Amino acid sequence: MLTVRNLHARVAGRDILKGIDLSVRFGEVHAIMGPNGSGKSTLARVLAGHPEYEVTAGEVTFEGEDLLAMDPETRARVGVFMAFQYPVEIPGVNNAYFLKTALNTVRKHRGKEELDAMEFLTLVRERMKQLDMDEAFLNRPVNEGFSGGEKKRNEIFQMAVLEPRLAVLDETDSGLDIDALRVVADGVNAMRSADRAFLVVTHYQRLLTYIVPDVVHVLSEGRIVRSGDKSLALELEDKGYGWLEEPVGKP
Amino acid sequence: MMLDQYATEYAAARARRPSDEPAALARTRDEALDRFMALGFPTTRDEEWRFTSVAPIADQAFALAAPDTDARHAGILPFRFGDAFSAELVFVNGQYAPALSTVPALPAGAQVGSLAAYIAGHASGVEGHLAQVASFDRRAFVALNTALFADGAYIQIPAHAVLDKPIHVAFISTGAANGRPAMSHPRVLVVLGDNSQASIVETYAGQAGTRYFTNVVTEAVLGSHAVLDHYRLQHESRGAYHVGAMCVNAGRSANCASHSISLGGALVRNDVLAVLAGEGVECTLNGLYLADGRRFVDNHTTIDHAMPHCGSREIYKGILADRARGVFNGKIIVRPDAQKTDAKQTNRALLLSEDAQVNSKPELEIFANDVKCTHGAAVGQLDEDAVFYLRSRGLGLTEARHMLIHAFLGDVLHRMPLVPIRHGVEAVLERQLAQALAAAA
Repeated sequence: MLTVRNLHARVAGRDILKGIDLSVRFGEVHAIMGPNGSGKSTLARVLAGHPEYEVTAGEVTFEGEDLLAMDPETRARVGVFMAFQYPVEIPGVNNAYFLKTALNTVRKHRGKEELDAMEFLTLVRERMKQLDMDEAFLNRPVNEGFSGGEKKRNEIFQMAVLEPRLAVLDETDSGLDIDALRVVADGVNAMRSADRAFLVVTHYQRLLTYIVPDVVHVLSEGRIVRSGDKSLALELEDKGYGWLEEPVGKP
Repeated sequence: MMLDQYATEYAAARARRPSDEPAALARTRDEALDRFMALGFPTTRDEEWRFTSVAPIADQAFALAAPDTDARHAGILPFRFGDAFSAELVFVNGQYAPALSTVPALPAGAQVGSLAAYIAGHASGVEGHLAQVASFDRRAFVALNTALFADGAYIQIPAHAVLDKPIHVAFISTGAANGRPAMSHPRVLVVLGDNSQASIVETYAGQAGTRYFTNVVTEAVLGSHAVLDHYRLQHESRGAYHVGAMCVNAGRSANCASHSISLGGALVRNDVLAVLAGEGVECTLNGLYLADGRRFVDNHTTIDHAMPHCGSREIYKGILADRARGVFNGKIIVRPDAQKTDAKQTNRALLLSEDAQVNSKPELEIFANDVKCTHGAAVGQLDEDAVFYLRSRGLGLTEARHMLIHAFLGDVLHRMPLVPIRHGVEAVLERQLAQALAAAA
């Protein structure tokens, strides 16, 4: 469903991605690991269409369509979702109002009926229950005054409501205590299905004991230097990222 | 200079005045004209007008608007509130239009109607109040209004009376007079007795595409414990010049709120002056403005804490698009007697384009030592991270910007207790923002 070929990208005048090749199929969970500065988050943001990131070469197709030609909202509407590493606080915008607008925009694009207030409430209540969230959440401004854990949980909650085809989780585990991590992982696992794929960006193996990946990729200096199954994550946990500094996989 | 034409207009207006206009008022008008001729129009050398050139007004030969009470003009009104309101007074070109107005039964002793009619019938009735709160000594536009006003609204609520529905005072301008751009000088006088309460909404509108000059003065006198919720919704034609003063004198423990909403006009200057003249007054000043194209909006406010234990809360927020310019000057005076003053001022502007501009200045003059005074000002652009966040969830660029702008204005809108006003303003904002954002895209 997602094919990335020779992707190069830069931000603020610096080349970060230097030739990423990646292929994800429906039903799969891919983990992207790597040391700080390797380009993990850049990859996530490029896929979501962040305007500050410039693609300088390569292509990305999503279900056969040119993803890079779409603006960020179109990507969201066709089913690409990114859970932000740093969710943005938006004072004055009510969570429920925002999410209902987003959901109905996405539903409309997918040819589904828009939900009225009652239907929306029924849906979000059910999703909140799964994520062990307080309903008061709905009436707070988006992310404003949320703790780090609440922000991450809110990202997963939005994902659960918007039901994307491809979910990119950008270091969703960072800053979470073990209970919150379990809740987030349960939320993701509940959504795993044959018509959905996940790209889980993480620095640590910890999250991957809860969200078990099908494929693990290791990123270093803007390239994927190794790919393997879940045992690769454990290997990294043992050896750290130090061995990557040797010229492995470089042409 | 074009000042002479005002003397000519004044002489003509004087000749047309009803013969029963009280002598004291006639004298006041003569003095006001003399004062205006001496002051002339302010220039940018005048500190109060440093950023605002009124040359476009000063350089034109406006003629006093002609009475025109054609019922079709009611169609120009952008805001009608129907049953949610009690009285609706409609003025066309500064003259009362009884056929377009409705005045239902009011509490005993209350007066709501044409100021000119009231003056004609009650020779000394307004003497104690008219031109008392709005001093024209150093204000050229107030002087000009005092000399030239033909009519306006008179609202007097006796002690202990409470109006359960708001009053709407609407001023419509139709444009030209005798082939020249027209001017009108509406006057509103509000007198609230002790313990009385009223909500008053003034709206200003004009025939689209026309150029004219509205120069309004509102004076409000609040007795002790009186409550006034006052709105001024300025939605003039985009080619119009609007200068408005709102002057309030609040007695002991009175509660006064002024909401100033500026959506139209090519060149707009709003002055709000609140004198907290008794102990324990609560004063709220709310301001909201939107300008696009090359339009210019200036808001000057003064809160004069003259007595102890008064509180004031002021929030002004503006949105400027294209090449629009805004000015905000918020003065807070705390007199030596005004101990325990609690004053808070916030002023924020959102610039939607690189070419939009705002000049903003808080001015605190504090002469008492046991007071709490805070102010904050910020000028910024839309948070691009927030825009991306909303887009990444499926909202279109325009929709995302719209949502953030509404959030920006949220607290000012929510501080307006009258729901129909909030909805009316939101509807106009919606349309204007859609245009401004489309132009920016």
